Amino acid sequence: MSKAMLRHADAQTIPISFTVNGRQQELTVEPHELLLDVVRERLGLTGAKRSCDVQVCGACTLLVDGRPVSACTTLAFEVRDRSVMTIEGLADGGKLHPLQEAFIEYGGFQCGFCTPGMILAAKALLDENPNPSEDELKHFMHGNICRCTGYKKIIESIMAAAKKMRAGH
Amino acid sequence: MLRRFRMEEPESVKDVSELLGQYGESAKVYAGGTELLLAMKEGLVQYERLINVKNIRGLNDVTSENGSIHIGALCTHHQLETSPLLHENLPALVKLEQNVANVRVRQVGTLGGNLCFAEPHADPGTLLMALGAKMVAEKSTSKREIPAEAFFVDAYETSIEADEVLTEIRVPVPDSKSGVAYLKFGYLERPSVGVAIALRLNGGGKSIHDATIAVGCAGPAPKRVLEAEELIKGTSIDEAGAKILKAGEIAGHAADAISDLHGSQEYKEHIVGVLLKRAFQNALSQC
Repeated sequence: MSKAMLRHADAQTIPISFTVNGRQQELTVEPHELLLDVVRERLGLTGAKRSCDVQVCGACTLLVDGRPVSACTTLAFEVRDRSVMTIEGLADGGKLHPLQEAFIEYGGFQCGFCTPGMILAAKALLDENPNPSEDELKHFMHGNICRCTGYKKIIESIMAAAKKMRAGH
Repeated sequence: MLRRFRMEEPESVKDVSELLGQYGESAKVYAGGTELLLAMKEGLVQYERLINVKNIRGLNDVTSENGSIHIGALCTHHQLETSPLLHENLPALVKLEQNVANVRVRQVGTLGGNLCFAEPHADPGTLLMALGAKMVAEKSTSKREIPAEAFFVDAYETSIEADEVLTEIRVPVPDSKSGVAYLKFGYLERPSVGVAIALRLNGGGKSIHDATIAVGCAGPAPKRVLEAEELIKGTSIDEAGAKILKAGEIAGHAADAISDLHGSQEYKEHIVGVLLKRAFQNALSQC
């Protein structure tokens, strides 16, 4: 249908209540607002990045109820009554998460743009499968793209973190 | 960036159908949003309002009834790749679902949405066609079953009517003498070619009692290839093995392959043949 036929839709607001990194948030959003914009612009949490904008690259990955989603293509109202985790919520106070430590120790990043998404996707994987094979890891992480350097050190980082987490550190 | 739209959140199929009737082409059903929101962000389509169907109860279950698996249209790909009932009865569909796009798309994308959007480079339609699936379409006043062959009309076009809602996908469970395989090939984000085959051997296990073959992704919509099926039906396993290359050639031509970013028409036709041969061997090994 031609775009000219469309009236400009009237503004509609949806009150939503959800948690971000464990903290309760009450916001009012419009239906077309994207989770990525709400998190970055309204909550000031800029760890998640807009990159491909079509759910291919994983730079905008956030965890909703522990599962990875593309925040660039998630309508913000969809997180009502749910829990959202961003990379900013991963460290426990001043103590880095084992995945964060491993990415530093094993050099799992270069420019860092994909890193928040990589680490959150890896967290979702290890939460459901604490002892993944390298093939399982590659399959799960297939939708997270690093455009700098390659994947060897990212895989090493995640495998090292998995081992550490299994040992209870 | 998305343009402003309104969101309706009905709680019954009847209400969705009435809203669709009321708002016509200015409204669209919204489920997982993995296809729709991309097209809207690109400005390829625009709607005044979306109708969120995710509050409707009972559309995200997988159940077994009279030898068929009934899949609620709102089941996500993730739900299907982890469904014990599907693992037991339709392992080929599980394998397909495990390889749809990526983990984030599988988390929110629904099977019903995938089928209704009818993006040509999608996996499920082709396999569902080979499995003899039927789509259940409902509106306020009626409910009907659409065979997969009649469901896909063209790229982005299905036979679902303007005020109908896809509520369920019904898939007959193949018997123990059957084998089913779906193979795809592509080097871009979406598959370039997809081929599915369902085989059933005769009582003695020596010949092909029945075969269903479908091709997708290469052309505008998934397509069943009766001519290729006829070639191997009723033949011995060895004979079918020898004829499968010819069947692949027929399926390649039938695919309505188009030359695009995914490859030339000739290339895709060739790949259809290669995949059909492999899928045949794979399916046979399960019989």
